[in-house]
Amino acid sequence: MQKELWKGNEAIAEAAIRAGCRAYFGYPITPQNEIPEYMSKRMPESGGVFVQAESELAAINMVYGAAAAGARAMTSSSSPGISLMQEGISYLVGSDLPAVIVNMMRGGPGLGTIQPGQADYYQATRSPGHGDGHMPVLAPSGIQEAVDLMWDAFEMADKYLTPVMVVADGMIGQMMEPIVWNRTEPLPEADKPWAANGRDGEGQTHFVSSLRLQSSENEQFVHTLKEKYEEITKNEVRYEAVGCKNADILIAAFGTTARIASTAIRKLEKEGIRAGLFRPITLWPFPYEALKELALQESVKAVLTVEMSLGQMHEDVRLSVLDKKPTPFYGRTGGMVPEPKDIAEKVREVIKEAGK
Amino acid sequence: MTRELIIAGFGGQGVMAMGKMLIEAGLKENYHVSWVPSYGPEMRGGTANCSVVISDEPIGSPVVTQPNELIVMNNPSLSRFEPLMEEGGLMLINSSHVEQTPKRRDLDIRFVPCMEEANRIGNPKVANMVMLGAYIAATGAVKMDTVKEMLGAVFHGSKEHLEDLNIQALEAGAKYISRN
Amino acid sequence: MTQIIYQRSKGLKDVETHYCPGCHHGIIHKLIAEVLVEMDLLDTAVGVSPVGCSVLAGNYLDCDFVEAAHGRAPAVATGIKRVLPNHLVFTYQGDGDLASIGAGEIVHATARGEHFTTIFINNAIYGMTGGQMAPTTLLGQKTTTSQSGRDPLLHGRPVRMAEMLSTLDGMAYCERVTAANMPELNKAKRAIKKAFTLQMQGIGHTFVEVLSACPTNWGMSPADASAWVKSTMSQVYPLGVKKDITAEEKP
Repeated sequence: MQKELWKGNEAIAEAAIRAGCRAYFGYPITPQNEIPEYMSKRMPESGGVFVQAESELAAINMVYGAAAAGARAMTSSSSPGISLMQEGISYLVGSDLPAVIVNMMRGGPGLGTIQPGQADYYQATRSPGHGDGHMPVLAPSGIQEAVDLMWDAFEMADKYLTPVMVVADGMIGQMMEPIVWNRTEPLPEADKPWAANGRDGEGQTHFVSSLRLQSSENEQFVHTLKEKYEEITKNEVRYEAVGCKNADILIAAFGTTARIASTAIRKLEKEGIRAGLFRPITLWPFPYEALKELALQESVKAVLTVEMSLGQMHEDVRLSVLDKKPTPFYGRTGGMVPEPKDIAEKVREVIKEAGK
Repeated sequence: MTRELIIAGFGGQGVMAMGKMLIEAGLKENYHVSWVPSYGPEMRGGTANCSVVISDEPIGSPVVTQPNELIVMNNPSLSRFEPLMEEGGLMLINSSHVEQTPKRRDLDIRFVPCMEEANRIGNPKVANMVMLGAYIAATGAVKMDTVKEMLGAVFHGSKEHLEDLNIQALEAGAKYISRN
Repeated sequence: MTQIIYQRSKGLKDVETHYCPGCHHGIIHKLIAEVLVEMDLLDTAVGVSPVGCSVLAGNYLDCDFVEAAHGRAPAVATGIKRVLPNHLVFTYQGDGDLASIGAGEIVHATARGEHFTTIFINNAIYGMTGGQMAPTTLLGQKTTTSQSGRDPLLHGRPVRMAEMLSTLDGMAYCERVTAANMPELNKAKRAIKKAFTLQMQGIGHTFVEVLSACPTNWGMSPADASAWVKSTMSQVYPLGVKKDITAEEKP
């Protein structure tokens, strides 16, 4: 297959269109502006809808409307904009609506910086917006994977009737690397008997709503969400484990950080240190069991978490490993990107510590 | 091997374009390649730089923090990136714009008067292509012919004269490096 | 022989509403229902309900509905109409929803000339949350958060949304009506029908503001409340057509 050079943001936009997305609503924010820019041209060309919303708040609610009407819809933003979208994401959860949200994370809190960050992990994985909800969160570590995951994201959204978030950062958004179009066919149109696109007959209307005034009814609904989340957890956990078998140490990292860690791992290999890379691809549902199993290998002295935050995925790593192995942490935050040599140094330190 | 290159200069000096051409050529020659631009406020004025990785193995970090190759197009870039260089690395300096003297003694340092060479050809806008030619000749990272073919694909019809101009610039850079 | 002289509109579901006695929501629902029936749009229309007393409008009108977050109905309707351009799409928003928390959304949906219709229910107060001050509350009007009456120095002055939005080029048709008495009700219905008709012609945003009564939170009898709409509210919010680009086109 022909390899093509693509810029991350544009590749993600193109992949969404090829996967069958027909409505995009967004608002400018760095470092993801190439997504709305690309969509503004290509979406109308492919028979879809593009609207530059007046805010992220409006953008996510436009997604809500389009999804409620039965269209395959998405938006994209970066950290501060995603904060504004929390309202709409919670409503999507509460109304069982499919949609895809891309978050090109940057360094926070507040306006922060436009440089890469991973500190929206808690926001994405714990409960989007208010209420008792979850959504699948996919974390590509390169453009190829980002492109492939766009199909999966829309597929999961349709299958489970849920918002799905794809998280990356400015580095993946801005960089160029070769990709192949592994998938080219748009996803089949999902059957959406619930969509508000015209009633089925007298008295047979669709009412897309997250309002359930009776708390017993609402509790029942949240339990249906729970069943859905159990189903997703059963079917959709994804991760990559490279060189983890009989490793001296595991490095748990996702997205950009995992790539940087892989460079550190190569350096360490030359020194005779066997460091395995455990890379969650679904941040929610998190691959607890897989990580636990690998961490409990006799050879593994510790599981080092590396993130662009003060340690958010670290919590999930600790929930996997519990107290059975040391779970040290190394991170840079606020827009700073960890360097391979610093990760390697931390690994040496951890191994030395464990040898005592 | 893995070439970890930083190309740095002022916005408008064509540093981003140089990087993109290199990875495109690298891809045509079946290398693993990546290109990461500096983005954000730096773009608007000040300095611009990009990380380029060309490798015969899959690329880990696409962000170059310890380059083994460096192209310096202006003074601020020399101050900023020279200290990061890996020992024994190759540094190409645009001597038309860089007056500062490099401090490192453990690097292979070459000077290319990009502007003078470009002016000699007749167009200062191709100064970056002079440097690209010099880089290719100095490293053999990609083949000169690959880049020439790419130029042919970009400049055709009414823009055909630009193909010749750019090829002349590449060759001038290559020639300069081989003589000096 | 029995003769039917009045019956429930076919556009309304055969259910009881939760609205208070004397509330105008039910009357305005009926007007919309009648227009939808007359225009034969019940099968394809999509309404967007707000957060507020009319949150359950989708349970009463016999057409599809989407319930929006507070203030976001214009954004939700934008999403719906853009992907269903041939369907009639309308929002139904109260004054807290549209003029306060959703002020940004309605301004920009109007500015873009979105091809849906806004039905804006202005009763000068927050109904569902229990009678708090709204941006539309009249000066001197007592509410649970302006207990000595709305004071312009403390709370600012009433916002005239119909006039404000009519300054935007995207607005095609904008009229303020009331549901306070029978003759006005007929005008209100004509306005809704005109807005829906123009929407389907795709000439811009269409907007009908309906001054209506909230006897419960105003602390008035239904009759007094309706009379107050006409006597007092309409002094601050003058009735009539604010903008009609189809009229302007005529010589």
